[in-house]
Amino acid sequence: MLEAVDLRKSFGTLVAVDDVSLRLENGETLGLLGPNGAGKTTTVSILCGLTTPDRGTVSIDGQPLSGDTSPGKRKIGLVPQDLALYEELSARDNLQFFGALYGLAGAELEAAMASVLELVGLTDRAKDRVKVFSGGMKRRLNLAAGLLHNPDILLLDEPTVGVDPQSRNAIFDNLEQLRSRGKALLYTTHYMEEAQRLADRIVIIDHGKVIASDTVAGLTRGGGTLESVFLSLTGRSLRD
Amino acid sequence: MSLTPVIGIVRKDLRMFWSDRRAVIMAFAMPISIASFFGFIFQGRSADDEVAKIPILVVDQDGSRISKAILDGVGADKNLDVRSLPLEQARDSVRRGNDTVAVVIPPGFGDAASRAFFRGTGKPQLDFLYDPSRAMELAMVRGVMTQHVMEAVSKDMFSGQGSQAVIDDTLKQLDSPSSTAMPEDERRSLRDMLTSIQRFNTLNRTSSGGGGLSMPFDMHEEAVMARQNAAYNGFAHSFAGMGLQFMLFAAINMGIDILTERQKGIWKRLRSVPLSKFTLLGSKIASGSIISSLVLLVSFAFSIIVWHVRIDGSKVGFVGVAVASALMAASYGLLIAALGKTPNAARGVSVLATLLMVMLGGAWVPTFVFPAWLQKLTVVVPTRWAVDGFDAMSWRGLGFGSAVMPILVLLGFALAFSALAVWRFRWEE
Repeated sequence: MLEAVDLRKSFGTLVAVDDVSLRLENGETLGLLGPNGAGKTTTVSILCGLTTPDRGTVSIDGQPLSGDTSPGKRKIGLVPQDLALYEELSARDNLQFFGALYGLAGAELEAAMASVLELVGLTDRAKDRVKVFSGGMKRRLNLAAGLLHNPDILLLDEPTVGVDPQSRNAIFDNLEQLRSRGKALLYTTHYMEEAQRLADRIVIIDHGKVIASDTVAGLTRGGGTLESVFLSLTGRSLRD
Repeated sequence: MSLTPVIGIVRKDLRMFWSDRRAVIMAFAMPISIASFFGFIFQGRSADDEVAKIPILVVDQDGSRISKAILDGVGADKNLDVRSLPLEQARDSVRRGNDTVAVVIPPGFGDAASRAFFRGTGKPQLDFLYDPSRAMELAMVRGVMTQHVMEAVSKDMFSGQGSQAVIDDTLKQLDSPSSTAMPEDERRSLRDMLTSIQRFNTLNRTSSGGGGLSMPFDMHEEAVMARQNAAYNGFAHSFAGMGLQFMLFAAINMGIDILTERQKGIWKRLRSVPLSKFTLLGSKIASGSIISSLVLLVSFAFSIIVWHVRIDGSKVGFVGVAVASALMAASYGLLIAALGKTPNAARGVSVLATLLMVMLGGAWVPTFVFPAWLQKLTVVVPTRWAVDGFDAMSWRGLGFGSAVMPILVLLGFALAFSALAVWRFRWEE
């Protein structure tokens, strides 16, 4: 279980995250929604230990997450917004590298690689260089790299950006499968239909603050779609 | 701490290195070809090699017996390639860079030189018109000319046809009232000497006809190196220099790769792993050192096999200098990653810095050609210590003791670069 309490992070005069608190249970999918620049990525960075908050705490199974070598980091799998892969290497070499970072080696690493490649449907392309992959395949491999060490919590920062509907659907299937295995998923996205399909609960943040937190049914209780609720909460002005 | 992540990072970096064919060619083929070229140019000559002669012109405006003797002397000199031209053509040829020096023997030179030989007054002047870009060769030509002029004038004085007239004339002047400037003792001594030379010349003409001054010694040259009678192998220095340069280029690539990893978001993934900064950066230094060492190893292996370079000094010392240089290079790469903003911006600046460092370190041309102040200044450049260390362990054939200081200084630089890199490294986005 992941819990964040009163997180605050500012960059100069810009307050990117302002008293954000959230809780993620095992087997739950939490959708983190917000317009561009709302503070979603900074929040994810704090949750996985990339960014140190000015204030507030993050704990995993009751243990605070602090420092580079915090054991809690092993329970987290990060799927960053960028395609964090080495294009010149094969899918297999990429996974071998990311697995080694978590201390996986030998048969354990082989089994983990086989498992995640099968999950994302890239077993047949394991030896191909990533640079010849389609955008969707790269996204799936990006997801696989975050799953290698079998984390309990998966932080997914807009994992379907720029992929075709088929690949997006495949990623949804993967995530639903993971949830059914008891993994906790935190999912940031701009796409309301993704949040509606996947998330058990939705947290909407804007200007660094949590402005709504409820189930999809709870948020749309007053009528309208999730998108109309989102727009009524965050406004219609452009966020570039 | 498990070594698996460290091995994983090093293995990945090596795979990345081999996957980039251009980088591999750059790392191995370039230093070999450039070092071979420099080595060929700076190769010391063996006794069998033909000497590269200095092209000079002699403008003989005197046309005397002595000037002709000078021409004969310099024409036979093994160090010079002599041609005769009129003054204006000679000046033009030097200006165009076709010839290094033009020596002008003015009218009356032979006569004036003969008279000045004993009296030391009224010395004639030899003019040297030279190419300012080759001033070092001017000094050599002056030395050679001095030898041949002295030989020609003295020979003429002691045995030549004109010596009698010059001596008679000098004796007359000594006896004239206008010669009172010279003290009586000296005048008497000079008169005795000239009379003796008159007698010597008279005897000499009836016998062998030799005489004159000549170089009163022969020269023997010995290159002081590891082994006696071994020829200096210029490839040892050039391969050390170029190996070092391309070690640093490999380190630049490592630094740029880190910046690219950051740009692509890979660094986020690395930092989300429970690994310390020390492990992450230490692994990068390890992989950078291995790649740098490979570059040097391949270069030196080629020079040993093809150009017969030998590690005549301490082998352990050589390995020590190589490892310390590799650590210095890898930490330099890390520093580039720490200070660079973007891969492209960092590449330009770091290539410039590297070329400066390599140039000042004596990797291109030996530091002894630098001005004295610059030679002293370059001790603050790590490449200078590396090049000196490699020279000491290869062709100079020195013992391990001579490698200790370069190794310590290079390790000091590695430590300083690493500390600065860790301090300046942007851990958070």
